[in-house]
Amino acid sequence: MNNLIKSFIFMFLFIAFFTGKAFTEEKKKLLKTDWSFKGYFGKFDRASLQRGYHVYTEVCASCHSMKYLSYRNLAEEGGPEFSEEQAKAIAANFEVTDGPNEDGDMFTRTARLSDRFVNPYENDKQAMASNGGAYPPDMSVLVKARSGGADYIYSLLLGYENPPSDVILDEGVYYNKYMYGNMIRMPDPLSDDLIQYNDGIKATKEQMAKDVTAFLAWAAEPHLEARHKIGFKVIIYLIIITLLTYLSMKRLWSRIESKI
Amino acid sequence: MSDQKKTKRRDFLFTASYALGAVGVGAAVWPFVDQMNPDRSVKALATTEVDVSAVEPGKSITVLWRGKPVFIKRRTQSEISEARSVKMDDLKHPERDEDRAKNPEWLVMLGVCTHLGCVPIGDKGEYNGWFCPCHGSHYDSSGRIRKGPAPTNLEVPKYEFINNNTIKIG
Amino acid sequence: MSDHNYVPSSKLGKWFNDRLPLLTLSAHLREYPTPKNLNYWWTFGGILTFCLIAQIITGIVLGMHYVAHADLAFDSVEHIMRDVNYGWLIRYVHANGASMFFLAVYIHIFRSLYYGSYKSPREVIWIIGMIIYLLMMMTAFMGYVLPWGQMSFWGATVITNLFSAVPFIGESITNWLWGGYAVDNPTLTRFFSLHYLLPFLILGLVILHIWALHVPGNNNPVGIELKKPSKDTVPFHPYIVIKDLFALLLFLIVFAFFVFYSPNILGHSDNYIEANPMVTPAHIVPEWYLLPFYAILRSVPDKLLGVVAMFASIFILVILPWLDTSKVKSAVFRPLYKQFYWILLIDVILLGYMGAMPAEGTYLLIARVATAYYFIHFLIILPILGKKEKTLPIPLSITEPVLGSSAKTGSTKKEETYN
Repeated sequence: MNNLIKSFIFMFLFIAFFTGKAFTEEKKKLLKTDWSFKGYFGKFDRASLQRGYHVYTEVCASCHSMKYLSYRNLAEEGGPEFSEEQAKAIAANFEVTDGPNEDGDMFTRTARLSDRFVNPYENDKQAMASNGGAYPPDMSVLVKARSGGADYIYSLLLGYENPPSDVILDEGVYYNKYMYGNMIRMPDPLSDDLIQYNDGIKATKEQMAKDVTAFLAWAAEPHLEARHKIGFKVIIYLIIITLLTYLSMKRLWSRIESKI
Repeated sequence: MSDQKKTKRRDFLFTASYALGAVGVGAAVWPFVDQMNPDRSVKALATTEVDVSAVEPGKSITVLWRGKPVFIKRRTQSEISEARSVKMDDLKHPERDEDRAKNPEWLVMLGVCTHLGCVPIGDKGEYNGWFCPCHGSHYDSSGRIRKGPAPTNLEVPKYEFINNNTIKIG
Repeated sequence: MSDHNYVPSSKLGKWFNDRLPLLTLSAHLREYPTPKNLNYWWTFGGILTFCLIAQIITGIVLGMHYVAHADLAFDSVEHIMRDVNYGWLIRYVHANGASMFFLAVYIHIFRSLYYGSYKSPREVIWIIGMIIYLLMMMTAFMGYVLPWGQMSFWGATVITNLFSAVPFIGESITNWLWGGYAVDNPTLTRFFSLHYLLPFLILGLVILHIWALHVPGNNNPVGIELKKPSKDTVPFHPYIVIKDLFALLLFLIVFAFFVFYSPNILGHSDNYIEANPMVTPAHIVPEWYLLPFYAILRSVPDKLLGVVAMFASIFILVILPWLDTSKVKSAVFRPLYKQFYWILLIDVILLGYMGAMPAEGTYLLIARVATAYYFIHFLIILPILGKKEKTLPIPLSITEPVLGSSAKTGSTKKEETYN
């Protein structure tokens, strides 16, 4: 048994060592906030995700695509959980290109639940050309694509500052203390009361940053709640069956004179 | 403790372990089975809207719905009366045309032969309807099976007219 | 394999067994006499078998939804993560399963190093194991390319470029590997094909590995050859089966924590950015299990020699049974070897750490020392140690103490139950 404990301590150390150290890039201390989706029982805050969608659609969506999301996702379990009618109404605000029809022409129609989020630009080149050569990244998996995850996005949104005197910025470049290299092409997107929330919560800059980041975290990992829920059951099950197996093993090995 | 008692307890422990183990294996198998079911993006495409304004009487169009062809036929008056005059006794799978086509002018049905899934050809066969080239099933102008190996009539999907020109299937 | 003559009890069983002796095989596997003093480090063989099967099953399932095309690969992975029923679970099990597989294989290898399991008469088991390990690395590397993220793309570029170090024909080799002039769609599709194939080769080799094991039987912590079956052995079923199962379940708990609570911690965040041949990530880091070799590669200043050193570091393990000249297997009775063993382990972990750090300054210096030590250990220390070391007295059997009065005498309690 002693050996067993040693082997598992070793395993944990081994992994902790590599994961902890292997990917440490030069990281600034990120701003922390109390995400409801962290931890073993973490869930998304529906109201926050709905507000986050509001921020996304009014502020971010003019430049950033979310090409892996569909309007139906907004009504699915574990997400913002808009009602189906609300999600349909949201989709109906957008026009998508469909076709070709019988005559071979493309046509536009209002979006349905099954449609993907409409892209702000026709293609990547247009997106770059419209943003001074910097491509506004697709935000579908952005939270998973940045080390630091949600904390990083949240910090970045609140990290705009006046540059230190020794930093000279080009035209159309901004200073952000959490950005890699501190230079960012995106102007500070948020300010107090930039939008009006429907649920009466005051749209402060911090509140908007938090809501939209939560929304992006859900978008990147839409099955997070199911994962936490199933994971808990699986681990409880494994612990019980491990105990039973241990007792069975002890019983079996008691027939012979030997330590296990 | 007597030997007998000991044996019983051991049996209980082993039985419980086996039973719980079987439950776990069963639960672990389910995701691997379920992943082959239609996924969420497929389920979301369950309805299709079709503009039928350009279809002339006597003509039909074929549209794709859930990966299968759907025949939308605008029937002529003679086809309708032919379909409605058939005696129920002559049918292998008795269904009234009135029940198959709520709006008599429009016949909407899956273009999938109920025998083994081929696509029947329109305006063919001995009953002025459809004919399946794979194994020779004849359907009439209401899409009902009249002759051949197919067991049932061509299936009518759930559909509705949203307005005079648009049919929503599914 | 023929250490007993099994006769099925039923007539049908006998009829079948005469034609295909599967029942004999099954009886052999059940009764296979296993040293009863195996400790928990010996359970990783079973755990590894589980890992391989789990990877194959989840992999086949992912292959049903994945699209091996440069334009669609990333999208199809997102499709798996979002829309396919339990797709997220299956992909996370597969991705973390690779790490768990390597974790288990490293423990398995280091157990072998500690207890001298590679020594006569088990050299062939060891060599097959090393081939399996090499194939595992190839499979894992190609699997990592499939999601077609930034790390996939640039990892593939860097690793395939290793072959450009070959004199004269290097460029032809890389172009042949790529099916073009850079990593692109043809590279992706062939990697997918091979990634699907190699696990089955591994499976075949695993069967040979186990077959080769069943000829001499297991080594054990004492490192002496046992008479089998004897009072020092137990039948594989149920004694070893249940012990392996218990260890596997503990392993699964660790596995489940990764899958359900930090599924992305072992991967690199850049791999959620779609591959872009125009932009290289700031830091290219291979998966953790390849880091020690990556460090060896980078610590040699010459391109060709770096590649040679990296391959040599694996090849040296293949010839290990002849480098270690000691007749004593277990480190328990080799006080000096034991110390060098721990130094080697620390050295390898250090190499792994250096592989993750930028190759500059002190890091590079440490990596060079660690690389040098790695080779010194195998090429110089082991051969000399085997000749010079004064080993401790070895017991005659696993139940009998060496100079024994204090230890309990080998009792024969209920001997009939396992004989």
